[in-house]
Amino acid sequence: MHELSIVSSVVESVTESLGAYPGAKVLEVRLRVGALASVVVESLEFCWGIAAEGTPLEGSQLVVQVLPVVVHCEACGIDSELEGVQSFRCTRCGELCGEIRQGRELEIESFEIDEVEETA
Amino acid sequence: MTTRIVELRRGILKKNDELAAGLRASYAAAGVLVLNLVSSPGTGKTAFLERTLRELKARGARVAALVGDLETDNDARRLAASGAPVRQINTHGICHLDAEMIGRHLDGWDGVTLGGLDYLFIENVGNLVCPSSYDLGEKIRVALLSVTEGEDKPLKYPTLFNSADAAVITKMDIAEPCGFDRELALRNINEIRPGIRIFETSAKTGAGMEEWLGYLAEARSVRNG
Repeated sequence: MHELSIVSSVVESVTESLGAYPGAKVLEVRLRVGALASVVVESLEFCWGIAAEGTPLEGSQLVVQVLPVVVHCEACGIDSELEGVQSFRCTRCGELCGEIRQGRELEIESFEIDEVEETA
Repeated sequence: MTTRIVELRRGILKKNDELAAGLRASYAAAGVLVLNLVSSPGTGKTAFLERTLRELKARGARVAALVGDLETDNDARRLAASGAPVRQINTHGICHLDAEMIGRHLDGWDGVTLGGLDYLFIENVGNLVCPSSYDLGEKIRVALLSVTEGEDKPLKYPTLFNSADAAVITKMDIAEPCGFDRELALRNINEIRPGIRIFETSAKTGAGMEEWLGYLAEARSVRNG
């Protein structure tokens, strides 16, 4: 249950980056979260409004893209995208794979802003 | 209305990751092996660590421990009985330790410097979810599981077990009355973290401790690996 501190870090990071766009309003923030990142997407969404309140991100939308786990099989030399996180086996040969190529991501991809029009 | 998409591509826990990278560099420079112990509440982390500290000290190793809990310094007092320096970190409600807390508690620790240690153990807050996201700069993350918890714990908490470098099964002395299915537990751990080293231990009888201590000595001899 550390989702509130996670979204608070997101709000902080985006707010910092907003310095380059004075007066801009944030419409949307996009995250990439791996299936092994230990966070619950619904909790992130639930906490978003609380964390964004009173900041330039208030009223913005949080969009979370969940990335499935991808393992690499030494024997086959291929990557397999897994359906869950209960078994880490190559989808071709069925062997266990220790190498994780995707699934631990916890990152801010981008944010969308509405820029203030320059008035002459 | 002019909208614009600003690419950020930044790790959400970037600050923690940067602090952890700094800690990792200072551990390596000091030549101290740092381990992060993670489990549910009640697995027996403290008893296991107490025995580990005692046995390492008896072999002449210089050891210390940082121990995280929401409240109380009960665990630090228990661990201090081993004679090793122990410092309590109270998180006051926060469900995990982070790199900033570790750095802060390494500073001004009476009589303890990284350079004067062979091993530093960090006992995380009892929680099998959140600690997996927070790098503490450790070289070895240890996931612990007791025989009373059910063999499917690794399947229920895959994110933590998958991020571990070693697994320790505790309370093996009561495995039989608990109806613990050893084969199934080993299989489940291996399913989630293929090839991981697994130690079957009892802090009470000392079972499995030789193998565990051998692993620690070996890991320490591989400097900065």
